[in-house]
Amino acid sequence: MPEPILRVKDLNKEFKTKSTKLFSKSVPVKILKDISFDLLEGETLSVVGESGSGKTTLGRCVLNGLDATSGEVVYVTNDEKAVDYLNLGKADYKKYRKDIQMIFQDPYSSLNPRMTVFDIISEPLVTNYDVKKKEVEEHVADIAERVGLNPHLLKRYPHAFSGGQRQRIAIARALITQPRVIVCDEAVSALDVSIQAQIINLLDDLQTEMGITYIFISHDLSVVQTISDRVAVMHLGRIVELASVDSFFENPKHPYSEALLSSVPKPDPDVKTDRIILQGEVPNPGNPPSGCEFHPRCPYATELCRTEIPELKETGQGKRHLSACHYADELELRGVWHANQAK
Amino acid sequence: MKRSSLLKKIFHSLKTHSKRNATGASEENTQDYYASQWSLMWKKLKKHRLARFSLLCLIVFYIIVLFANFIAPQDATEYDSDYANAPPMQLHFFDEEGNFHLRPFVYGIESTRHPETYRKVFVEDREVKYPVQFFTEGSEYKFLGLFPTNIHLFGVEDPGEIFILGTDGMGRDLFSRIVLGSQVSLSIPLVGVAISLIIGLIIGGISGYFGGWTDAIIQRIIEIFRSFPTLPLWMALSAAIPAGIEVVKMYFYIVIIISFIEWTGLARVVRGQFMSLKKEEFVLAAKIAGVSTGKIIRKHLMPGIMSYLVVSITLAIPGMILAETAMSFLGLGIRSPATSWGVLLQEAQQIENVALYPWKLIPLFFVIFSVLCFNFFGDGLRDASDPYKK
Amino acid sequence: MKQMRANKRSTEQPLLSVEDLKVTIQMDNAVLKAVDGVSFTIEKGKTLGLVGESGCGKSLTSRSIMSLNPKECETTGEILFNSSLDQKLKGLNILDLDPTGKKIRSIRGKKISMIFQEPMTALSPLYTIGNQIMENILLHRTKNKKEAKQIALEMLRKVGISDEEKRFNDYPHEFSGGMRQRVMIAIALACNPELLIADEPTTALDVTIQAQVLELMKSLQDELGMAILLVTHDLGVIAEICDEVAVMYLGEIVEKAPVHEIFNQPKHPYTKGLINSMPILGTGKQRLEPIEGTVPLAINMSHKCGFYDRCTHRIQGICDVQAVPETQVSSNHSVRCFLYNEHEEDEQNA
Repeated sequence: MPEPILRVKDLNKEFKTKSTKLFSKSVPVKILKDISFDLLEGETLSVVGESGSGKTTLGRCVLNGLDATSGEVVYVTNDEKAVDYLNLGKADYKKYRKDIQMIFQDPYSSLNPRMTVFDIISEPLVTNYDVKKKEVEEHVADIAERVGLNPHLLKRYPHAFSGGQRQRIAIARALITQPRVIVCDEAVSALDVSIQAQIINLLDDLQTEMGITYIFISHDLSVVQTISDRVAVMHLGRIVELASVDSFFENPKHPYSEALLSSVPKPDPDVKTDRIILQGEVPNPGNPPSGCEFHPRCPYATELCRTEIPELKETGQGKRHLSACHYADELELRGVWHANQAK
Repeated sequence: MKRSSLLKKIFHSLKTHSKRNATGASEENTQDYYASQWSLMWKKLKKHRLARFSLLCLIVFYIIVLFANFIAPQDATEYDSDYANAPPMQLHFFDEEGNFHLRPFVYGIESTRHPETYRKVFVEDREVKYPVQFFTEGSEYKFLGLFPTNIHLFGVEDPGEIFILGTDGMGRDLFSRIVLGSQVSLSIPLVGVAISLIIGLIIGGISGYFGGWTDAIIQRIIEIFRSFPTLPLWMALSAAIPAGIEVVKMYFYIVIIISFIEWTGLARVVRGQFMSLKKEEFVLAAKIAGVSTGKIIRKHLMPGIMSYLVVSITLAIPGMILAETAMSFLGLGIRSPATSWGVLLQEAQQIENVALYPWKLIPLFFVIFSVLCFNFFGDGLRDASDPYKK
Repeated sequence: MKQMRANKRSTEQPLLSVEDLKVTIQMDNAVLKAVDGVSFTIEKGKTLGLVGESGCGKSLTSRSIMSLNPKECETTGEILFNSSLDQKLKGLNILDLDPTGKKIRSIRGKKISMIFQEPMTALSPLYTIGNQIMENILLHRTKNKKEAKQIALEMLRKVGISDEEKRFNDYPHEFSGGMRQRVMIAIALACNPELLIADEPTTALDVTIQAQVLELMKSLQDELGMAILLVTHDLGVIAEICDEVAVMYLGEIVEKAPVHEIFNQPKHPYTKGLINSMPILGTGKQRLEPIEGTVPLAINMSHKCGFYDRCTHRIQGICDVQAVPETQVSSNHSVRCFLYNEHEEDEQNA
C-alpha cells in the first residue's frame, strides 16, 4: 500500500464577490467546502466535475497558488518529514516549493509569449537551484528531448508552436525541477483528439519512468478513465464521491456521478443508452440549495436530502469507495461497465 | 455586426493556426519564430504606410531640432525693424531676361508706403540679385551646444536679407524663429513625458499590482487631478513662477506644470495593463515555480506592458505639444525673445494681424503637422503593439 | 464517378448540395487552401456531421453555405439549396449571390439558420431575449407584433425554457450557458428553417447540459423536420445524432459514410486513427493509440495526400506523388485513399 504524499485536510476557500449595490456588504462565496483527501505516492487522482464545481480552485489552493481560507495541506517530503505546505518557512520554501508543479489548461496563456522556449523551460530550474549555465543548457535539452521537442527549436518563441507542442513545453517546464507531484489542470482539454492522445500517453510514460504523482483535473470522464487510479467527483465545492477508477465506473455510488457518466456521448451509434438527463442547471455557488446541494437536480431526492447535508463516508463497496449520499447503499445506480460488456 | 466580429475571430485563429504549423514553409515565416516581441512589432509597423511616413517626418523634425542654430539663418535675438512684417520672399530661378540660374536667388526688398492707405508695403528691387549661398557666415552660436562657430546652412551676402517665410512685427526672420522654436516646442513634450512616465509607472504599478484599498485611494486621487480644469490651473501655477527668470528655468517650470497633469493618464494605462497581465496564467505559473514577486514584475509584467506604454507615450506627446503651445500662446509659458511655436502664434492673436500678415499663421501648420505625425505614428504602433493577439 | 453522382442527383434532389467548394485565403507570401474541393449533399430532414480537428476547414465550409465568409477568403464552387417551399431558389448557386444582397438575406435566418459555439457572443447584450427572437420572426414570418410575440413565446416553450412570459424580458447575461444555447436554438428555429447549421453547438457546455441540448435538438428535428449540418470535433456527439458523417482533414473530405459504417468499418487511415485515439468510456484504464505528428499547413501543398506524413499505411511512390481521387467503396460510402483505389480496379478487371 503506497503512502500518502499529500494530506489535504478541511480545505476551505471563500471568494469575496463585489456586490453590485453601492455600500452593501460583499457576500463571501464558498468555492471549496471542507475538502479532505489523501494523495498517495505514484498514483493519479482525477478530480472531475462541471464548470463551477471548484476543481480548478482546489488544484490552485493545494499548490498554494491561491491562498486557502482555512485548512491545511501536509506534504510528506522525500525524507519522510511532514511539512505544512501552505505555510512553509523560508528555508523549507526554497527546499520544497519545487516539489509540486502545475500544468495549465490553456497552453497559450500559460507560456509567456515574450520569452524564448529555453527561458520558459529553464525558469523554475534557475529560480530554485544554483546551477551553471552549461548545466542548465544540458538539463533543458535533455528534458525537451524527453517530452518530444526538438532541442534545436528551443531558441524560438512560443508563437512558433502548435497547441500540442506548447503543452509539451509546459510539461517540460513542470518536469525540470524533478517534482514529485504535478497538478494537471485540464491539461489536455484544449487539444485535438489525436494530439490529446499523444499528451496523455506522454504523461503516462513520465509517471512510470519517474514515479510522479498526478492530480488530474478534468471534466472529460473518458480521459479520466484512461489515465487515473482514483477519481474524486466534485459538486459545488464538495467532494461527493471518491473511489478507485474501476469501482467508480462500475458502481458509482452517487446519483450525480451516475448522471455524469450517462451524459457522456458514446462514440458508438449502436449503443443507445437510455440516458439520465438532469433537469435544470448547475446551481449558483453564491446561493447554494439547502441540504444536499445536488437535490434540486437529483431524480432520487427525498425530504431528507432537502434538509440534511450528507457526509462523505464509506459505502458498501468498501473502505476505499466514499460517497456523500444519504442513500448511497440503497440506490441501484448504473455504471458504464455493464453497457460495454453487454455489447 | 456581432456575426462579423465572430467571423473575424475565427478567420484570424485559422490564419494564426496555419502560420504556426508552417514549419519551413517559407524562410520568412521561420525567421518569425525566432523573432522577439520588438522585432515582430517592427515588422508589423513597417506594413503601416502612414505610420512609416510619419516616423520619417518625425525623424526629420528632430534632426532640425538638433541642428536648429545651424539651419536657422538668424539667431533668436537678431532683428531689423526696417524689415518688420515683411512677407515671405520668393526664390527665383529665372531672372528678368528669362535666363535660368541653377543657384536660386532673391531680389533685394525695399519698403515704401502705400499711396492711399499709408501702410508699409515691400516691393522687390529687381536691380539687385542675391544668390542663395550655402555655409555662409552669420551670427555666432555653439554647434550642438559645444563648438562655437558662425557657419549657417544658407544665407545671402550682406547687405541682402533672406526671409523665406517672412518676418514678424519686429523684423525677425519667421523661418529662423520657427526652427529655433521647435527646439522648445518639440523637446518639452519629450522631457514632460519622461517625467510623467516615471511618476505614472511607479504610482500606476503600485495601484495595479497591489489592488484593493491602495488601488481605490490612488484612483480617487487621480480622478481629482483629472477633474481640475486645465486652463485656470495653468494660470495659477504660472502665476507662482517668478517673473523675469532665466529661459532655462522657465522651461523646466513649464515641463513640470504639464507633467503634473499628464502623468495621470499614463498611470492609468500602467495600472490597467498590470491588472490584466496579473491574471495571465503564466504569471501564476511563475509564482508556482517559486519566482519572487520582484522578479515576476521585472521579467513577466514589465516586458508585457512595455509595448502598450510605448503606444501611450507616443499618443501623449501631441497633448503636450498642444499644451505648451496653448500656454505660450496665452503668455503663460515661454516669453520673448526666447521662442516657441506658441510664442510665435501670439502675434496672430489679433485678427488685424492675421488679415494683413497671413504668414504669421505659418507656425500653426508646424504644430498641426507634428501633432498629426505623432498621432499617426501612435496609431500604427497601437496596431502593432500586440503581435500575439489571437 | 462524376457520372454516378450526377445520376444520383437526377433521381432525388437533396435539400442542399455542395459541389467542389474551395475557399482560399491569400496570406502574406502564400496561398492557404483552407477548403479544397469539398462536395456533399444533405437530404431533407437528415443530419450530416462534419467532423475534423481544428484548422481542417470545417467551420469555413459551414459558413460558406450562409455566404458568411470573411472578405479575405476567395470562395468558389457550387452550393445549391433546393427549398421545397420556395421554387424561386431552385438551381440558384448561393455563392453567386451578393453576400449582402436581398436574396441571400431572404435565405439566411429564414431557410437556413445557424447556431454558434459561444452563445454569449452570438447574442447581443443590449436587447432582451424576447426582442432578439422577435427580430427574426418580424423579418421573415409576420409583420404583426402580437402574433410574433406569440410565436416567440411558443418557441421558448419548445426549447424548454419554463416561465417563458417572464424570461421573455430577461437579458442574455441573466441566463446560464446552457439556457443561452437554448435561446440561440429558439432564435434559429423561429422561422421553421429547412436547414440548421450547428457549429460546435455543445463544445462550450458541461456534459450534463450538453446531453440536454443534444436531446433537445433531436426532439425538435423530429417535430419540425429540418435538416441539420452539425460541425464538431467530438465523435461522441456525432455518434449521438448524425445520420451521415463526413470526415475532414486539411480542407478535404477524406471519408463520407453513414454513421454506422464510419464507426464500425472506418476505411481511411485518418478516420481509423481518430477513432483509436479517442478514449472510450467503459473500457477501463488503457493505452491510447494517437496519430503521430501534427496537422501540416495547407500552404503550397504539392500533389500528395495531406495525411501522408502521419499515415501508417502510406505507400511511397504513390501517395506522395499523385492527387488522391475519391473512391466509392459502397453506394453511400466514399473514401479518399489509394488503399481502396486498387480494390476498385481489381473489381473492374474481374
